[in-house]
This record gives sequence, C-alpha cells and structure tokens, in this order.
Amino acid sequence: MQILQQLINGLSLGSIYALLALGYTMVYGIIKLINFAHGDVYMLGAFWGYYMINTFHVGFWTALILSMIFCAIIGVIVEFLAYRPLRDSPRIVVLITAIGVSFLLENGMSYLFSSSPRDFPQAMVMHRYHLGSLSISNVQVLILVTSIVLMILLQLIIKRTRMGKAMRAVSVDPEAAQLIGINVDHTISFTFALGSALAGAAGVMIGLYYNSIDPLMGMTPGIKAFVAAVLGGIGLIPGAALGGFVIGLVETAVQAMGFSAFRDAAVYGILIVILIIRPAGILGKTTREKV
Amino acid sequence: MKKMKIATLAATAMMLAAVFTGCANKAGTSGNSASGDTITIGGNFELSGAAAAYGSAMQRGVKLAVTKINKDGGVKVGDKKMKLKLVTKDNKSDNASAASIATNLTTQTKASAVIGPITSGAGLAALPNMTKAKVPLITPGGTQDSLTLQKNGKVQPYMFRSCFEDSFQGKALAKYVYNTMKLKNVAILGDKSTDYAQGLIKAFKGEYKGKIVTTEYYQAGDKDFNTLLTKLKSKNYDAIFVPGYYSEAGLIIRQAREMGIDKPIVGADGFADPKLVSIAGKSNASNIYYTTHFDAKAPANNKVADYLKLYKDTYGDDAGTFDALSYDAVYMIKQAIETEKSTNSVKIAEGLAKLKNFQGVTGTITMDKYHNPQKPVIVTKLMDGSEAEATAVK
Repeated sequence: MQILQQLINGLSLGSIYALLALGYTMVYGIIKLINFAHGDVYMLGAFWGYYMINTFHVGFWTALILSMIFCAIIGVIVEFLAYRPLRDSPRIVVLITAIGVSFLLENGMSYLFSSSPRDFPQAMVMHRYHLGSLSISNVQVLILVTSIVLMILLQLIIKRTRMGKAMRAVSVDPEAAQLIGINVDHTISFTFALGSALAGAAGVMIGLYYNSIDPLMGMTPGIKAFVAAVLGGIGLIPGAALGGFVIGLVETAVQAMGFSAFRDAAVYGILIVILIIRPAGILGKTTREKV
Repeated sequence: MKKMKIATLAATAMMLAAVFTGCANKAGTSGNSASGDTITIGGNFELSGAAAAYGSAMQRGVKLAVTKINKDGGVKVGDKKMKLKLVTKDNKSDNASAASIATNLTTQTKASAVIGPITSGAGLAALPNMTKAKVPLITPGGTQDSLTLQKNGKVQPYMFRSCFEDSFQGKALAKYVYNTMKLKNVAILGDKSTDYAQGLIKAFKGEYKGKIVTTEYYQAGDKDFNTLLTKLKSKNYDAIFVPGYYSEAGLIIRQAREMGIDKPIVGADGFADPKLVSIAGKSNASNIYYTTHFDAKAPANNKVADYLKLYKDTYGDDAGTFDALSYDAVYMIKQAIETEKSTNSVKIAEGLAKLKNFQGVTGTITMDKYHNPQKPVIVTKLMDGSEAEATAVK
C-alpha cells in the first residue's frame, strides 16, 4: 500500500518537472539553446499568481490563466532582449547569457520582494480523498490532470496548427524555413511564449500545492527539469514529459528506500550516466551531426 | 624579459604586503580605546538583503539599549561616567561586506566593541579583521558551534555571542523531549545542507536517551516532503524532530498534518519566525515545540517586563527574540567595561570572557571558556498557530 502512495507522490512531483521540462525541450528543439532562465520564469509565474489572488482576489483558474499569459509575455521579452541580439553568436555565448538572465531574475526578485518565503493564498480548499490507507488530495489530482491536459494541448498546437508546423520547420532547418516564407523570429518568439506559459502554470500550481513561494524557488526544479529533458531526449516533446515523470518517480523511490541523503545525487547521477550511455536520451534517435 | 617583469611584480607585491602588515601590527598591539567622553560601539548590521529581518531586529535592540544606558547616566569607567555612541553600517547580508565593515569600524571608527553580524557565516567572515584589530565582536544570533573556536580547538579571543550555540539547544531539546514530554521514540527529519541542522542532529543524538527510530534528510529549498512523511507513517515513533529552518519546517508541518500525522513536531530556534505558522497554516500548526532564546511568556527575571514595555513604547510593536539578544549584547559590553574599568577593546574582550551571573533579559548569563553563554533554553509550544505556553529548561 505504501508503494502505491509513494507512486502518487512521485507522479505529482513528476508532473511539475514534466511541465518545466517541456519549456526547456521546445526552446532547445528550435534554437539549440538551454534556456537556464526557464526555472525563474516559473518563479515569476508563481509570484504573479500570488499578486493576482492577493490583490485582485481572482479565483484559482483565473490566476492560472493570467499567470500563463504573463509568463508568455516575459518569455517573449527575455528572448527579444537577451537572446535575439545573439542569434548568430556561438552557442556558448547564448548559454552564458541564459545563466546571466537567470541570475538577474533571481536576484532582482530577491532585491524587490525580499528572499524570505511567503505563503501562497489558499485559492482552493484542500480536500483529501481516502481509499483504504491511500490518500490523495484534490490539489494533487488537479496538478496531474492540468499538466496532462496542457501537454496534450501543446502536442495539438505543434502537430495541428500552422504555427506548430512553422515551429517544426524552423527546428529542422531555420534557413530553409525562411526561404519558404516562414518568419523565423516570430516562430521563435511563439515558442518562448508557449514554453513560458507552461512554466507559469506550473508556478501557480506549485504555489497552491506547497503554499510557499520565494525568489529562488525556480533554481533546483529548473535544473532537475533540465535533467528530465535530457533524460527523455532533449528537443523531443514526449521525451520531456516522460523524463519529468521518471525523475519524479526516481526521487521518490530513492527517498522511500531510505537513501534520502542521496536523492539529488541520484538525479544528477542519472544525467551523467545518460550523457555517457545514450546522449540522445530515452526517446532520442542517434543522428550524426554534419560538420 | 617576461620573467624579469614577473620577478619585479612579485618583489613589489611583497614590499606592499610588508607595508600593510606593518600597519596592521601597529594598530593591533593595543586595540582601540575611547577618546574623550564617549565610548564608540560599532554595529555591523544586516539592514538589507536576505537576513534583513534579523539585522533590523538587531538594530532595534542595540539602539534601545544604547539610548537606555545613556539616559540612565552612561557607563561607569572607574570613577568617570561615559556615554555610548553607536555607529552602524549595513553589510547587506553579504559576507564580503561584513568583513570590510569590520575593518572599517575597527580602524576608521575606532570602535571599542562591535555588535553583529547576526548570522554565523557573516560572523566568520568578519572575525579575522576583528582579531587583527583586537576588538571584540558579539553576535546576537550566530549559533554555529565552531564560530567561537579556532581550527586547533582553542577559543577565538575576540568572538563572543549573546545567544546559546546549536549543540546547547540540541541537548536541551533532547532532555526536554525525554524528561518533560516523556517521549521515548523520535524520528529525525533533518536538513542535510546546513551546518546548523547537522550540529543540532549530532547534539540531539548524543544527549537523547530514548530511541532514534530513523534519520531522514532533505535539502534546504525542498518543497515536497510527502515521500519522507509517507515513509514515516508506517514507523513507530512518538515525535518528529525537524532540525532546520522555518521555510522547510513550515512545509513539513503542513504536509504532515494534511497526511494525518498528528504527533508532536519539535525543532530548534530555526522555527522561531511568524512565517512558520503562515506557511504551515494556522490549523496545522498545533502540537509544535521549539527551543528559543527569549519568550515573553517565560520571563527569565524581573528585567523582562521593563524591557517589553520599553520596546513597545519605543517601537509600538512586541519585542522578539533577536532584539532581546542584541539588547543583552550591549549590556554585556557595559558590564565588561565596568568590571575591567577600561574602554580598551582588548580589556573589554577579557571582561566579556569573565562574564558571570550577568542578568540579561534573555536570562542569567555566565560565559563558558569557549565564549558561549550558559543560560536557560526556552521551549515554546504552539497550538492552533499561536503560542500556548513557554517553559525554561535548565
């Protein structure tokens, strides 16, 4: 019975990693950039939700949608200001810029709002459902369901819409895409908007679930989501979702087996192993890169 | 050619270093003394940044004490009464600026004693400069055991604290859980990433006579404790000991209560923040016990009532832990000056080390040989998010 309970714990943790990993993987798929500021966009989403609920007393769903919109805008602005001017620079330059943006957001928020944690307004009353000794809360169900719905929605956007087609085209070959009339800049902006919106949703849900947000909350989940994206196969959307759930379950399993002190070591160990054995990730196909 | 240049550079650097050490030695042989009729006390405060909440409490306590001492006539040095002058600087909760402010306060301001920084990390950073200038530093909140110790185990001559150290409260808590609460089985859920929690775990394990059922770890910044708590649920224990800070402890309390774990949760002074209750939720914060330095509900002596009133009159707010510890720090300096009959910083350090049966608002303090105050530990109990009772543990 305890195993089932831990499975639930692992899945609800994993769904958050999965939502975050999607943002990493989409951006990487299109411009081959690990956007290290992604975890901080998630933090901004949580803070925006916090202010919406506290100041304007909106409901949870409104706050969720407002946060997604806010983060989408932030994502586009970050891309426009920090990454677009470096479009033709070496990849390492953009990568370092991404780390810089991440520090800017973390410390900027610490400066403006102090780094002490604040309690997230309880926009939804927590219920627990009991099934024998199993128990699951409505918020856990909500996180799981919302995450899965958002992932399906994302998949639909990418596979069924013109913009999605453009995204896929740009990710295969930006120059060729430009030749056939796709506006590459718009497509990249759209990708950032989508990924950041997902991060915003994750931020609000996490705020509600744990009732505590702070300017550095995006740091560790951001890195773990990055591991999840690499594990699933970076650049692949189903891979990110799978990687997120796997990481969530691994963390839970390590702790449940009594190695709580080694939880993070296990996650980063996975990153090292996967990079050595299967750099393309679980779902990735090994392709040769033309030099 | 290039080699020559490097050699010249090295030589210049060495000469410069010699000049600087020369300066430091000159300033350090005697320490600082008061000039004129005022004794200068430095304040190395965290007025902004991560520890600003503690730092501003420290400033309020110190200011209150300085004003009160001056109003009461000042400090008696031999047969002369001298006033205190406070010079404060903001170290921005940054270790590097804490260190440079320590230098500034000792060499420029010529302070006879310095209060702050309040965190152990910043205290460690400031200490070398204090030692160089031979000026004592009192930290009101640096509880790390090793703070007052040199690498070789000897005491740091210029580092003092007005709070008790981590192992002291860990031991007191272990006694309280076993003797007063009569709980024989404890599960530990500790922060793996801070020295603070590690010190507490070690002290608790050493002192506790009951059985430690299990020890599980988390990292500072973690938000999900469901897995660890689910694991605990099947174990046989009477209380959970959470050595860590309120940000994680609040979440642990919340998630444990939501899961239906209603056993007592005990902790140390890292719990002592109103945010603990706001993160955990009022109804969840029941049956919580933690050690603290100061509690209005368990007054150490008759000075406390006066202090509480003075604080309330001055700031319009209720006094807290760290302002009381800082208030005591100033009076400890006063006591040291009066017993040594000198305003010289080296003498003050000697006086502080000899402090005995000093009546402070946080209890009767006697310095042990490692500059740790020996005084009662207060255990506070929370019910429904508010303080239900507080008891002093010897």
